[in-house]
Amino acid sequence: MTRIKLELYPTSHNSEPTSQTAASDKTLKPKNARPSTLLASAPDFQTIPAASPQISSGSSQPTTTETPVSISEVRAKLANSSGREFWQSLEEVAQTPEFEAFIESEFPRQADPMHASVNRRDFLKILGGSLALAGLSACARPPLPYEKIVPYVRAPEEIIPGLPLFYATTLTLDGYGYGVLAESHQGRPTKIEGNPDHPASLGGTDAFAQASVLDLYDPDRSQTVLRNGGVASWNDFSSELTTKLSELTEGSRLRILTETSTSPTFEHNIKRLQETYPGVVWHQYSPVQSDNARRGARLAFDQDVVPFYDFDKADVVVSLDADFLGDGPAKLVYGRSYSNRRRLRYAEDTDNKSRVYAFESTPQTTSVTSDHRVPLRAGRMEGLARTIANRLGLEVQAGITPDEVPDEILTALVDDLRDYEGSSIIIAGETQPAAVHALVYALNYVLGNIGQTVHFHTPATSDVDQLESLKQLTDDINAGNVDALLIFGGNPAYSAPVDIDFANALASVPFSAHLNTYVDETSVRTTWHLPQTHELEVWGDAKAFDGTISIAQPLIAPFVEGKASLEVLAIALGEDTKTTLDIVQDYWKARIDGSFDSFWREALYKGFVPDSAHPRVAVNLQPNAIAGAPQPAPQGLELVFRSDPTIYDGRFNNNGWLQEVPKPFTKLTWDNAALISPRLAERFDLRSRDIVELQLGDLQLEVPVWVQPGQAEETVTVHLGYGREHTGHVGEGTGFNAYLLRSSDNMWLADNLEIRKTRRRANLVSTQMHQQIEEGRHIVRHGTVSEFKQHPEHPHFVHPVEHHESDLYDDYRYEGYAWAMLIDMNVCSGCNACVIACQAENNIPIVGKEQVGRGREMHWLRIDTYYSKDLDNPEIFQMPVSCMHCEKAPCEPVCPVGATVHDHEGLNVMVYNRCVGTRYCSNACPYKVRRFNWLQYAELDTTATSLAMQKNPNVTVRSRGVMEKCTYCTQRIAAARIQSNNENRRIVDGEIVTACQAACPSQAIEFGDLSDPESRVVNAKKSPLNYGVLTELNTYPRTTYLARVANPHPNLESLISHDDPHVQGSGHDEFEPQESEEQSTQPQAEPQEVGGH
Amino acid sequence: MSAQYFPPNANAFAKWSIWGGVIFFTLLLTALVVHARTLNNKVGVPVEQPIGFQHSLHAGELGIDCRYCHTSVEVAASANVPPTETCMTCHSQIRVGTQQLAGVYESWETETPIQWNRVHDLADFVYFNHSAHINGGVGCAHCHGQIPQMAGIWKNAPLTMGWCLECHRNPEKFVRPREEVFNFAYEPPENQLALGRELVAEYHINTNKLPQCSTCHR
Repeated sequence: MTRIKLELYPTSHNSEPTSQTAASDKTLKPKNARPSTLLASAPDFQTIPAASPQISSGSSQPTTTETPVSISEVRAKLANSSGREFWQSLEEVAQTPEFEAFIESEFPRQADPMHASVNRRDFLKILGGSLALAGLSACARPPLPYEKIVPYVRAPEEIIPGLPLFYATTLTLDGYGYGVLAESHQGRPTKIEGNPDHPASLGGTDAFAQASVLDLYDPDRSQTVLRNGGVASWNDFSSELTTKLSELTEGSRLRILTETSTSPTFEHNIKRLQETYPGVVWHQYSPVQSDNARRGARLAFDQDVVPFYDFDKADVVVSLDADFLGDGPAKLVYGRSYSNRRRLRYAEDTDNKSRVYAFESTPQTTSVTSDHRVPLRAGRMEGLARTIANRLGLEVQAGITPDEVPDEILTALVDDLRDYEGSSIIIAGETQPAAVHALVYALNYVLGNIGQTVHFHTPATSDVDQLESLKQLTDDINAGNVDALLIFGGNPAYSAPVDIDFANALASVPFSAHLNTYVDETSVRTTWHLPQTHELEVWGDAKAFDGTISIAQPLIAPFVEGKASLEVLAIALGEDTKTTLDIVQDYWKARIDGSFDSFWREALYKGFVPDSAHPRVAVNLQPNAIAGAPQPAPQGLELVFRSDPTIYDGRFNNNGWLQEVPKPFTKLTWDNAALISPRLAERFDLRSRDIVELQLGDLQLEVPVWVQPGQAEETVTVHLGYGREHTGHVGEGTGFNAYLLRSSDNMWLADNLEIRKTRRRANLVSTQMHQQIEEGRHIVRHGTVSEFKQHPEHPHFVHPVEHHESDLYDDYRYEGYAWAMLIDMNVCSGCNACVIACQAENNIPIVGKEQVGRGREMHWLRIDTYYSKDLDNPEIFQMPVSCMHCEKAPCEPVCPVGATVHDHEGLNVMVYNRCVGTRYCSNACPYKVRRFNWLQYAELDTTATSLAMQKNPNVTVRSRGVMEKCTYCTQRIAAARIQSNNENRRIVDGEIVTACQAACPSQAIEFGDLSDPESRVVNAKKSPLNYGVLTELNTYPRTTYLARVANPHPNLESLISHDDPHVQGSGHDEFEPQESEEQSTQPQAEPQEVGGH
Repeated sequence: MSAQYFPPNANAFAKWSIWGGVIFFTLLLTALVVHARTLNNKVGVPVEQPIGFQHSLHAGELGIDCRYCHTSVEVAASANVPPTETCMTCHSQIRVGTQQLAGVYESWETETPIQWNRVHDLADFVYFNHSAHINGGVGCAHCHGQIPQMAGIWKNAPLTMGWCLECHRNPEKFVRPREEVFNFAYEPPENQLALGRELVAEYHINTNKLPQCSTCHR
């Protein structure tokens, strides 16, 4: 997408100077600074402050002007009562001028380019010139050719043009399978939905699965076989491979390197290869997968098992740096069961709500929903586990001091664990060492959780110490013991730990081949590069986290001359002619008793093989499981490595959707940064975007920092996957390569990190300040269980604002359906799956880093992060915000051309073909949910690249100059309306599922018909926790939220209690909400009266 | 400095140029709009097709039902232009090898689709749905005209938004019983308005929703 944009506007980067340049111009050249009469109407540029020259010096190119945020000042402001209850960024608390600019101006910064480069005289010249040239467009226009209708020659039986088909198939992430339903429009897969029956999906998906369709159509995909960088063919490769294999003196001189694989067929064929060439060694390496949980289980139980947690049954959850909602092959399942126990609608249900203690080094999606969150460096989780064990009476030395974890929290936690024996879960993060896992299993064992909330089953992957495996391979290559190396997927030359110099070793292998979808760092070092097919193009199989087998079926023929891993293995086996279908079927035919046909059909139809999950196994704690001395106290600062929340280990580096979606918490796009705590920032006098030098032993790396509230004080977190040397046009030049600091001893965390400040600044783009709703407006509402119980009907924290009726806007009659949405703040973790799902469904373009920097990102759905109270350990709230579909929408009366209007079902409709781009609507919108196409972001030429094939045919591709926003997936509503009308019935509840709702693994979003008293959304909105944002403006939003209710330990209530100065301090403790407000959000028996105020 | 002046009639000239300019541009604008909306919308202009298929023969003389070829018209947005295979159901037996059918046989043998020229081409931001209209009692003839009598195919109606809204605002004036939808000989009865109101109620046609933007635009 970026590439296309650059082609269309080749000079845009140069001709539109960044605001930095603009501002500098202003200081340096007074002539330009004088606002001309013509341009004076543009209100924005004056508010952008001049950059201090000190900031802009340096090699990096900062485009953001800013004023330093003094952390101590922020801290002081937060500490005294004048501080605001909620804040989204440090800039907001500090009230820096650029934050003020974002608040003041609806569209910050867009006036700059014009101001900087054009004075009035030039402006008039250009104006006159364009007027004169405008006539040219009338001169020559070829007659429009007729659009073609191209029917099939032989129509496939099941395809009805215009109706999508859904196929159950499997996508994998790092080897583990997730069942999905792929939507296909006449052979084009356009959208991924979760497979509700598949045990690893349950209907939910993650952002990676949603974005996989973009990868499929990526024009940057590797197109052809390369031999030493020159174009070659598959025939060349197979003949050379055959020759090489025949020359093999012994099998062990042939090596195979793969990522983690769970495919039974692939494994079987490797075994066959090992039989043909005895001694062939299969190495595996995935950079961000950890088998610490598995090795911990071996320590604790002396069995090769992995845990599965049943959060449905857990009353108390203790997380030791575990991001079980954001990471790991079972995250979608955990998301579902965990939120089942976090959801809360009525005061009577409070007993159902689990209590969650989260200790973590860096904010992650899991912690958002916790009740007690304590920042703690990752290296101290072991000490914490020991202390908990000690307090529970185990003979273990306590390892944590009250400075690190307050004693009251520890006491409460231990009380809870004692009270809920058998129904609690203690879970350690995947990145924690095996010893911590063993300790935690032992704790669960002692508490009687095993068999209740914690289960064990045999792993889906083969038992390989991946680090050791890669090391062995590198050593063997360096010793000259390897003649041929086949690499299937992955990018080990980029992602190997620095002390295993795989990249250089690879270059010395006489015959090496790398099968991958992109030409990357590994491909350029192998003799052969082989283009790989996408998972939606070939047959295959995979196992889910629990061993459930699922078959992957192709949705489309391969775009490129690619082959799948199975086919390349077949070449090595001398079975060139076999297709992936033959290979997969051959494997399963030999293993099925009874009718293969019915097995195959059932597996394809359901998307998985029923009852194929690995059985649960009983475990017995080994007596010496928790022996061993405590780890020495960690030294110095700590560096933590994490897979990136949007581009994972680097494999999604060229995916524009994932690059542009703001990362949880930091809201950074297109870059990674080293996250540091506010205290560390004070210690080293750092601000966000300062470039620092990180030193870890001999390793050094220059990285920009980002001050992250809630980060453990001495922890620095870096995300992997950026700084690629060889990637596509999209990923080029993004971020820094954190693998350069990662060695095999320190795969996940390292001590003794040193930081040195440089005088340079980096240009990082964060959307944190974009689309800011005016502060102090009670956007986020939250309370505690006890507060809820005190006022079960009208909890004061839900209704802090008095409501005054007004008749500013016209009344509107609603008849028939009345669509509405509800978002449950208790379970939303801010994982971004909905944002990408919305992007895929609604043809939302990406705009590139420079445009995001101008506040022009196009996401219809954004996730706002709010912090509250303490800077060092804030409460964190995630709030998805999209168009609220106000019953009395402020955007509608201001549109001069009637391009945004209301319909009878309550949709706030955006009519693109009427829109002339005045942007008044966006100005009027209090929620800041409208997005304007400043440039031609979407590709209009459907033949230019394959990306056009991903587009949803039922949604208009917008052109430059029109406004757009969330439509409640109006195309899905229309489809259901037509379908139900054709069948002479009403739309039934649950028939329409919006894209965001479908993707959500936590089921945080409900959507339905307010006029149907039985609908789920109506029932959910009956909850006393239901509130609309800014309802005091009489907008009557159709999207409402459920206030978050924390469930703190009774003794810790004071830590978390709701002391909102705006509510309690202002004297009106509690409002009985006005009848009218209820009316807008409560369904009425008679549809005619819905919203009839 | 030499005297430089305009003759007295220059004032009148300037005045008239201004008024003339206004009139000229107004006329030009009107002409362009008229051209775009009426003269240029190709109503009644037959569109050349790669194969001389005659609806008048197939649907008219032979009386083949629309749905024999346009299979998805009752269930999907698109009515479906038939695959070559549909032609071959008959033409593998009838008039085999004739010159008029050369394109069909070529398509069949070379597995190359026939590329028809689109006659009814709506703007890309309009989402027309055949099934909704068929099930709502809108006859084929209402939009497409007397297809059984057309040798070639042309646009019978302007298909502009104003034209669509005539019916979307007052469906009772046009709807017919569902069983008459495919009947090209159907004549609206005397009491069309009364019948129309009954049918609108019977088919659950939401007259409030019908003229709204989101009905056709997404």
